[in-house]
Amino acid sequence: MARDPFKRTVALAGVAESECGHGAGLSVLQHQALAASRALDDAGIAKSEVDAVLAVGFQGLPSVQIAEYLGIKPRFTDTTVTGGSAFENLVEHGALAIAAGLCEVALITYGSTLWSDRRRVTDGGGLDLTAPAAQFDTPYGDLSPISAYALATTRHMHRFGTTSEQLAEVAVSTRKWASLNPRALVREPITVDDVLDSPMVSSPLHKLDCCLMTDGGGAVVLTSAERARDLRKSPVYLLGSGFSSTHLTIGQMEHLTSTGAVESGRRAFGLAGIKPEDVDVVEIYDSFTISVVLALEDLGFCQKGEGGSFVQGGRLGPGGALPANTSGGGLSHTHPGALGIFLIIEAVRQLRGECGERQVPGAGLSCVHGIGGWLSSHATLVLGR
Amino acid sequence: MANYEGPLPRPDKDSEPYWEGTRRHELLLQQCSACRRFRFYPRSLCPFCFSDGFDWRAATGRGSVYSFTVVHRAPSPAFRDKVPYVLALIELEEGVRMMSNVVDCDPARVRIGMPVVVVFDAVTDEITLPKFKPAPGTPP
Repeated sequence: MARDPFKRTVALAGVAESECGHGAGLSVLQHQALAASRALDDAGIAKSEVDAVLAVGFQGLPSVQIAEYLGIKPRFTDTTVTGGSAFENLVEHGALAIAAGLCEVALITYGSTLWSDRRRVTDGGGLDLTAPAAQFDTPYGDLSPISAYALATTRHMHRFGTTSEQLAEVAVSTRKWASLNPRALVREPITVDDVLDSPMVSSPLHKLDCCLMTDGGGAVVLTSAERARDLRKSPVYLLGSGFSSTHLTIGQMEHLTSTGAVESGRRAFGLAGIKPEDVDVVEIYDSFTISVVLALEDLGFCQKGEGGSFVQGGRLGPGGALPANTSGGGLSHTHPGALGIFLIIEAVRQLRGECGERQVPGAGLSCVHGIGGWLSSHATLVLGR
Repeated sequence: MANYEGPLPRPDKDSEPYWEGTRRHELLLQQCSACRRFRFYPRSLCPFCFSDGFDWRAATGRGSVYSFTVVHRAPSPAFRDKVPYVLALIELEEGVRMMSNVVDCDPARVRIGMPVVVVFDAVTDEITLPKFKPAPGTPP
């Protein structure tokens, strides 16, 4: 294992969303700008101090564009396009740059109008028509990305006996958290039967096994522990990170039941010097109920194949043994196409003790896990006070 | 056939022989001339041993369902009158896995491990999509 590159030298100092949901009517850049200004306010750091911009979410040259829009001339930048997990990567990359002295205040931003644009995104639109997925998957009516996760679900059920009822428990627990979060888009409690009775989308995944589609934006401000020391709010530190991509298209995934989270989690926990059982609150990319089950297994919260029974009995919900996706996640809070930044925002708020009714008492360690593509890219962070 | 509105592959330098093959009702796979492993999708070097030598081989067309999903919500208007249909990952005898549809079969009958054989669906004059149906003798 590499030496700990972070050693509490990098802090997550500010976090914020824009106006997420269905009604804001903002452009992609407006979402990014609103989230950025709120996150800097949250940190108590002036825009003039930002010397690094890391962004995705705008076509073309995202970080260069958002820096220009905000009037920032960064000396470090990164755009990493790994799908929804990109923000866990950007925290890692920004932290490494800060630890190496390349910059002092790094602003990570994201914005999306997925909901407003939704008619353009369900048919593989935007794929280069010669791309492998466009040639070998899309012609067969692949309902991307849902069908890929459905294929993984069928396989998991076949190998381990996982049931739709068990998967539904993920959605039920997540909705309970959402009911405690005034920012969540859907807050009405649901039951396992509600999930099973919702329309089948791509079997065995029902509508309520699938995340929301919204507009939205988010931002995170990273800085050195030294700079964070005299800020208004107590800093949250990056303790460990890890990344793994194992394939892009689902047909190339070696085993549909084991993901890159095995590797990204091992590295992140190793760097942080902790074990899954030390974690107080997890924020896992809940694009689909199966995503959470696979990640819990592969990160080591339970044994491979036991994820279905692990999530039963409200374990992930309020009052459960492993509070998960406490904002309401992608299933019930918001999902503008890339969820990773919202997982980080919620983890920071939990570790600061700012979560009101949904606060996990005494939360001191959080694991954040992003998933991108078709179970393709995995990025794990361990954050702590 | 002329009115086919579904998304079509656009063959490229790697895949032209593959799509020419399906038009002739042949399912061609690349086999590495160094490590002898088959690969899918077509590409210019072996993802296992990195050799750039390969031959195109006709697959037997036999395989089995590795996993499947019944799609109920059409991904685009072209699929609206086709739902529900079976989208599957097929494991061919040669060891490679490809996405396709299981056709000529009630979706409720499809199972993981079910033996299938290739059929060729000429959706346009240029493009023929390999699809799969239950192997003869598969119990209903």
